[in-house]
Amino acid sequence: MSQNSHGIGGLTFDEKKKVRAPEWNVFFALILIVAIFEALGFLLMGQSFLFDSADRFDSIFNEARLKIIILQVAIIGIIAIGSTQVIILGGIDLSPGSVVGVTAMIAMSFAQVAEVNGLANPKLMFDGISDLPVIVPLIVGIVCGVIAGVVNGALIAYTKIPPFIATLGMMVTARGAAKWWSKGQPISFPTESYASIGEGMNPVFIFIALAILFHLILNYTVYGKHTYAIGSNEQASRMSGINVERHKVMVYTIAATLAALAAVVLSSKNLTAQAGMGVMYELDAIAMTVIGGVSLAGGRGSILGTVIGALIFGVIISGFTFLKLDAYYQEMVKGAIIVGAVVLDQWRQTRASARM
Amino acid sequence: MSDIILETRDLTKHYGGVHALEGASFQIKKGEHVAIMGDNGAGKSTFVRQITAVEQRTRGEVIFDGKPVHFGGPIEAREAGIETVFQNLALADDLDVPSNLFLGREKVKFNLGPFSILDRKAMREATMAGLVKTGVKIPNIMNPIRNMSGGQRQCVAIARTAAFHSKLTIMDEPTAALGVQETAQVENIIKTLKEQGESLILISHNMRQVFDLMDRIVVFRRGRICANLNVKDTDPQDVVAYITGAKTGAEFSEAI
Repeated sequence: MSQNSHGIGGLTFDEKKKVRAPEWNVFFALILIVAIFEALGFLLMGQSFLFDSADRFDSIFNEARLKIIILQVAIIGIIAIGSTQVIILGGIDLSPGSVVGVTAMIAMSFAQVAEVNGLANPKLMFDGISDLPVIVPLIVGIVCGVIAGVVNGALIAYTKIPPFIATLGMMVTARGAAKWWSKGQPISFPTESYASIGEGMNPVFIFIALAILFHLILNYTVYGKHTYAIGSNEQASRMSGINVERHKVMVYTIAATLAALAAVVLSSKNLTAQAGMGVMYELDAIAMTVIGGVSLAGGRGSILGTVIGALIFGVIISGFTFLKLDAYYQEMVKGAIIVGAVVLDQWRQTRASARM
Repeated sequence: MSDIILETRDLTKHYGGVHALEGASFQIKKGEHVAIMGDNGAGKSTFVRQITAVEQRTRGEVIFDGKPVHFGGPIEAREAGIETVFQNLALADDLDVPSNLFLGREKVKFNLGPFSILDRKAMREATMAGLVKTGVKIPNIMNPIRNMSGGQRQCVAIARTAAFHSKLTIMDEPTAALGVQETAQVENIIKTLKEQGESLILISHNMRQVFDLMDRIVVFRRGRICANLNVKDTDPQDVVAYITGAKTGAEFSEAI
């Protein structure tokens, strides 16, 4: 009792009493889905999904499949790192797909070579602007992202229109700008140095590096803390002296800049840029985020969760290909999994609050 | 220097033609616990809002810690050392206790603007110290506030004051939404703050609470202060008489 009155009793930060990180649930889901595909693989195809059953590789894993799983989600994964921050903030961003389109077009037009096989480049956008060092298209791309993000963020923070509407406007406008830039023509033939950005497994390395960087930023910096705080309780954050408006502009700008980086990687990997690039990417990115346990209500989630969510996404796509199922089923199942992930999250939340 | 931590002179707030607060002159000494009582609409919350600069006063002076002050907003008031615990808790549910305590004024290791590196260890230790000081018990301070009871959350809100060595704490009906046990928990904290010599202004409707915990009662009626009573020299019936208007303090005879 004397302990109680002095308030020392029970005051701890006991690791054992810490609530289990929700990322574990997402991770178990990933394992479960892999196991399902393994089982189906043995039953239907007579081969393993992830393991090297045909003895084609040096390791025990089917390295080709592992590479494809992660490579096919790496570029949208870069966008999802931005979407994660926007959703933790309590917002939503529908524009990254279109930002990818317009950024790919504009950046690529500063990355072209003058001559292709001894002839003048037939797709050259600007006469005399060719063979620039790789830093030029990279910076141009980043500037495109920053502009789109500042416009998104300023609209949301200062005119108080809902993020859904502001970024929907940007989605349509940026797509229009992508088509206008070259009057619908594809832009091709980049310099070797630009083409090397997205070569081979580079998109994966870029994705992982950015994921680690933003994991650290969200967990160890004031920026991260304020992002969670605003998503959790905007009013309390404002009363605590956080500049909520400025912070929103910053988060939307970072998200659009990540989309612009994804555009550079994508156009470099494809060696061409088209106005239709990145259509529906925003929805795939949001899906990865939601599957990764980020709450659409804001305040909860992590980059780690999103990365695992992206892997789940990749496993499902590869799994369907592995089982030789039509692509139509993929999309239908993808939709069901997104809804299922949100339902599961809500159910888990109500259970957690009921327990206390 | 005097031992008066906060003084208001002729503090007045008009909302258009409505005189919500009229000529409030009030003093609180260092370490003193003063209750503000009165009916709904008597001007209690308006009075507090002028001090913490949630609203700008129409007229009058606020002297805090020996100097006349004119805060631009609640954040300036807090930086000067006036900590307010609001009825609706200003807490972020998804953050843990240290993050809530230090929300908007995080301790940092390296200053890199918005990307400054948080000093999580220092914040955790300051939180533990602050909670021990107030006598708050929380199973694990690293868990989100979401999972805590109303009393624990209110305690976290109050613990902010202790963690930041504020000079004056203002609580606006801190136990209005709490159960019996949780109310006891909050009252324990108030006692602890008293022992530690923290100054406190408590707005409350709870007569027992006020008589148990406070030194002095200031009664508001129709926007004016109508009584300034020492708890030892009065009783609940007397206070009710002042609140309802059956009695008025001799020195406040103009407040009818």
